[in-house]
Amino acid sequence: MTNIPLEYGLLVAGILFFLGFLGLMVRRNIIFMLMAVEIMLNAAGLAFIIAGSYWMQPDGQVMFIFILTMAAAEVSVGLALIIRVFKHYRTLDTDQMNKMKY
Amino acid sequence: MNTIFYITSAIAIISTVMVITRANAVHALLYLILSLLAVAVLFFTLGAPFVAALEIIVYAGAIMVLFTFVVMMLNTLENTQKQERMLLNGTVWVVPGALSVILLGLYVYAVTSSPPEVTTFSNTGPKEVGISLFSKYLLGVEIAALLLLAGIIGAYHLGKEKKKTVHRFMEVQND
Repeated sequence: MTNIPLEYGLLVAGILFFLGFLGLMVRRNIIFMLMAVEIMLNAAGLAFIIAGSYWMQPDGQVMFIFILTMAAAEVSVGLALIIRVFKHYRTLDTDQMNKMKY
Repeated sequence: MNTIFYITSAIAIISTVMVITRANAVHALLYLILSLLAVAVLFFTLGAPFVAALEIIVYAGAIMVLFTFVVMMLNTLENTQKQERMLLNGTVWVVPGALSVILLGLYVYAVTSSPPEVTTFSNTGPKEVGISLFSKYLLGVEIAALLLLAGIIGAYHLGKEKKKTVHRFMEVQND
């Protein structure tokens, strides 16, 4: 079994989360922004798993399953929205999507 | 197992960096799949084999395939790539990078303020997870089912093509 300090696992989760955050702020293409949100959700799930297996409880894994469900629903609706937006504006750049009607 | 943990976390972090710096959407997606697979290996080393399998099946399998289909369906690679290269010059990274680094520094300080002690991560199998999921968290499971239903209906409604109203002599494009 793995013998590492709990802090190292939490550090990995934190670094992944902040990389996702950085990507969300830097990118302007809406598909990349959705990908960055996925990275952040995944990092949060990793933190849950680490804490859950640190205390030897299944609750962390249960929470990860809920996060997974939420991410799946979010991605399906988000991608459908992206398709609509692309058909309407002919671009994926969020800076050009500042009008409700054109 | 410890070496596997360190190598896999390095792979996960490097591939995530590649995701947020690529200009080509398909390359970024493939790096994202690599990152998710690395995180699945991390779950396995941390003693959560059931969740590791779920991560591969649902995240790397289903969600990423959905992403890839949408990227290939929209087919904006040539224009978007040029635009992304233009947007991803050095100055864009300064302010968000500084903010993220400050936040990450605070997080690292908060996590490592107590001296690290080596802990053993033991296995928690699917049986315990299932029992906990369907006893203590039953309400959560039902809410998740409702959420998925709402997601299905929302995606269907948003993805539906608008019906074109065709007059006898002229075609009216309504969107």
